[in-house]
Order: sequence, then structure tokens, then C-alpha cells
Amino acid sequence: MTVVERREVALVDLLDRLLAGGVVITGDLTLRIADVDLVRIDLNALISSVNENVPAPWEEML
Amino acid sequence: MSGLRYVYAVCRPFGTPLPRQLTGVGGVPPKQLVHHGLVAVVGQVPEEDFAEQPLRAHLEDLDWLGTTARAHQNVIDALTVVTSPLPLRLATVFRDDSGVRAMIEQREETFLRTLDRLDGRVEWGVKVYSESTETSGEPEASVDTGARPAPSPGKTGSGRDYLRQRRNQRKESEEKWERAEQFSRRLHESLSGYAEDTRIHAPQNAALSRAPGRNILNAAYLVPRAESEAFVELVDRTKDDAPGLRVELTGPWAAYSFSGEDA
Repeated sequence: MTVVERREVALVDLLDRLLAGGVVITGDLTLRIADVDLVRIDLNALISSVNENVPAPWEEML
Repeated sequence: MSGLRYVYAVCRPFGTPLPRQLTGVGGVPPKQLVHHGLVAVVGQVPEEDFAEQPLRAHLEDLDWLGTTARAHQNVIDALTVVTSPLPLRLATVFRDDSGVRAMIEQREETFLRTLDRLDGRVEWGVKVYSESTETSGEPEASVDTGARPAPSPGKTGSGRDYLRQRRNQRKESEEKWERAEQFSRRLHESLSGYAEDTRIHAPQNAALSRAPGRNILNAAYLVPRAESEAFVELVDRTKDDAPGLRVELTGPWAAYSFSGEDA
């Protein structure tokens, strides 16, 4: 699909999807990223979407 | 060392081969593992990076995370060209092929249901930023912090002016914020009309995105490929009636934000 020209994808857009989206699989694997404590690099603070309990501020007004 | 299996996505079998030069995490070309009529797109990754302990450490390294995320996306992007993949979350790792096969068997029905729902759809991201035109900082920051004997009579007046100025500024930015919210709500409503499903992500933090302005809306839309052109045009049109606001479109993405069962 070439509806828009592709630019370099911003890391934050990528992480919004790769850390908060995608199928989370539990089972026979070594590690679930959901279990990883990302606090130490402050990723939780930076990518608030990792914490799904944080709603968009304007969403309440819908 | 045998290596672990990094699973990028699960798909229905697709006829088109992946580009030969395509590489994923660790620079390794992904391969297709076919099982029960489903395809897991899998790459071999070294244990010294992806076993639990090293992975835990790596994930705290933003550079490593960035490189890995881009490699992951590289494969998903290539898959999106030839099919509608069901992407897995970053760093989904199994010990061996039989672990991957067992996972497929276990979740077969869910995968098939979700793949049906996502078939022929892509995800578009739309963000709204309010342009930062605010005068940052104090209006008249006093450089003189040295000891001053007694406030001159004129000081009282300037203090009042200062407060008024602050009040006006606050009012202005509140109004601006309200306009931005209204615009975002309207935009979201009209885009939702074109979408089969929507997700609101939390606004992005400027410290990580380095994008100017404040992120107000950060939403994802599941749109049939056939409708994508109309969707993109709609986003383009709205860009003009948003003075002081910036609308950004990203995509087409694989349906990352819509891969959950609850979706």
C-alpha cells in the first residue's frame, strides 16, 4: 500500500504498539514482557501507554 | 548452542514468499513454521540475549529496545505487504520449535477468530498536538535576587499586574486546551465513522517522542484496506481547519492495537 510516503517510524509510536499492543502469550516461554519491570529506565513514565490504567485526559469528556 | 525462537506474528498461510534479504531481530532472516494450518513467523535468537535474565537486563536499555523494536517491526512490515498478520508482543520467545507448535495448538481457535477479524484490515495512527506557543517561564523573572532593603511603593502595583498577567495567561491556555479537546473529539468521532474499531492510547510524553507541542489525542483506527485511501484523505482535510494544532498520521500498521481477544 502506498497511500502515504513512508517516513522513519518514530520509536515512541513503535513502542506504543509493540509494548502495549500485539498478542500477549502466556505459556511455555522464557519471559513475558508484561512481567518485566521497566521502572528502572523510567519507561513506565515515558511510555504511559504501557500502563493501560492511564486514560487519555480528554476521554473522560466523551 | 541451539538458540531460542522469537515469534513475530501468526498468520494464515500466504502464497507470496518474503523478501530474501529480509532480516529480523539479531540480523537473522525470519522463517515460516507451518502448523495446524497456521504460520508462525519465527527467527532464531541467541540465548545469551534472550534468555530470561539477559532479556530482563536488555529491556532496561533504551538503545537495545529501540534496535530490537525496529527489527521486529521490519518483519511485521514485510508481512503486512503480503498478508494481514496477527502481531505478537515484542520479545515473545520460546525454547524451541515444539514450544511454538504447542502454543499454536493451544490457541488455535483464538488465532483463527482474530485473524478473520483482522483480515484485509490495517491500523492507522492519528495524533493531535497543540503547538507550543506558550511563553514559557515567568513573564518578568527578576534577575536581581540580591538583598533589597524594603519594597518600594511601586512594587505593590507591579505585583498586582503580575498576578493579573498570570491569570490571563492561565485563562488563555485553558481556552486553548478546550479548543484542542473539542477538535480532537470531533476528529475522533468522524474518523471512527470510517473505522471498524478504535483504540485510544495514552498521550505520548514529549520527553520520549521529542515531538514539539503537547500530545492531546493518540488514537488507533482499524480500517479496511479498501477504505484506507478515504480515511487518509479525511485526515488530510481536517489538518487545515485546526489552527494552532498539528495532526499527524502514521501507518499503515499491522493491527497491533486490535490483536487482543477483547477487541
